[in-house]
Amino acid sequence: MILDGLKVGALVFVAAILQASVFADVRVLGGTPDLLLVALVAAALLRGSVTGACAGFFAGLVIDTATLEILGLSSLLLTLVGYWVGRYGETTGRDRMHAPFLAIALITFLYALGGLALRFVLGEPAPARAVLLDTLFQDIALNLIVTLPVYALVRRLLPPRPRAVRPEGAPAVG
Amino acid sequence: MLRRRIVAGVLVAVSLALLTIYFRESSSGGLHGLQSAGSSVLRPFEVAANRVAQPFRDAASWVGGLSSARSQNAKLRRQNAALRNTKIQLQAAIRENIKLRELLAYRDGTTFPTGYRSITTRVISRPTGQFDQRVGIDKGRDDGVGLNDPVVTAEGLAGQVTKVFAHTAQVTLITDPTSAVSALDPRTGASGIVRHNDPGSGLILDQVSKAQVVTTGDPLVTAGWRTKDLSSIYPRNIPIGTVGSVSQTDVDPYKQIGVEPLVDFSSLDWMLVLVKERPRP
Repeated sequence: MILDGLKVGALVFVAAILQASVFADVRVLGGTPDLLLVALVAAALLRGSVTGACAGFFAGLVIDTATLEILGLSSLLLTLVGYWVGRYGETTGRDRMHAPFLAIALITFLYALGGLALRFVLGEPAPARAVLLDTLFQDIALNLIVTLPVYALVRRLLPPRPRAVRPEGAPAVG
Repeated sequence: MLRRRIVAGVLVAVSLALLTIYFRESSSGGLHGLQSAGSSVLRPFEVAANRVAQPFRDAASWVGGLSSARSQNAKLRRQNAALRNTKIQLQAAIRENIKLRELLAYRDGTTFPTGYRSITTRVISRPTGQFDQRVGIDKGRDDGVGLNDPVVTAEGLAGQVTKVFAHTAQVTLITDPTSAVSALDPRTGASGIVRHNDPGSGLILDQVSKAQVVTTGDPLVTAGWRTKDLSSIYPRNIPIGTVGSVSQTDVDPYKQIGVEPLVDFSSLDWMLVLVKERPRP
């Protein structure tokens, strides 16, 4: 458990550093891949909501610190991302091939939307048109491309645990 | 389940608290200081990541640059071709303009033969070989061009019209073996006939007796003779060329005089057909 936590922490730390220093500069057709988001989604899918939420919080702190952004903003969003994706993984998503891709596509959209909403609430610049129309589809496509190798890597780092038998009558979500 | 929610709730609450405090405090506040310190701690990692990524970034940049350079290269090649064509067209237009201005200057000048008007014409076909010294022009009978009309350029005499069609005509150049022009050395008054010598040897001034004086460099113009019933087809004083060489032998009653034509027959483009003005009724 502790080892897993350290692994996840190291993973999101490295992903956050790479995102802040390397991937932020990558522009493909106007879009930018979000390695941190993909790594977080992969970790949350494989380790569940608590790990996902903690990893999201930590990742948010690192990325906001590294980029000198509003501290807490990314933490809030990524905590929610980690929690929800973790829940999805805990219920039905973990064993499905399409789960990482579905989660990434949806989370990229919601993350962009949530970021815009929070920034708007805080009175910060929130270029909705630029984010939602000009770059969102490229971002989703790039994140989906990045998902394949990143998920495989994270899966190797965090091998799936044997799944607990679901109590009879418990609903399957997803 | 509850534990999960509590963890998530706490983290969300902490995030919100961080957000609120960070947003409310001044830039010298505690969280800002913490962030600054954290940033300093993270900086080496970022620098290291950058260094590791730099070769890949350079490679990507190189590939991107190569791709854009290729498309740019193709674009520039197209532009270059278009500009080259434009330049050629402009050069041709400039050359044409110069030629036409020269013709205009000649037509309006004092050396233009009196009693003639000019028809500006363009060469549309050129001599195909050394023995065929005829060119086609784009003006014909309908434009007023007549048989045997003299044809000149701004430099001097070019030839005469030997065939006339409705809209085109054929001009036999003075360099053609069948051509002969009565010529005069205006400096000494010596006269003869400019005609083509053997193929490849150029023009000569023939029929100049040894008694007449002709020197190298003397100008030669059309004689434009006229008798009671006959007259030369060429008007007087149209420049033909200059005397290039003069020699004589004991066996030949005439001097051997080489003529260097003024007209560059290799680059004929625009010419004037001289048409006799009809006497006014």
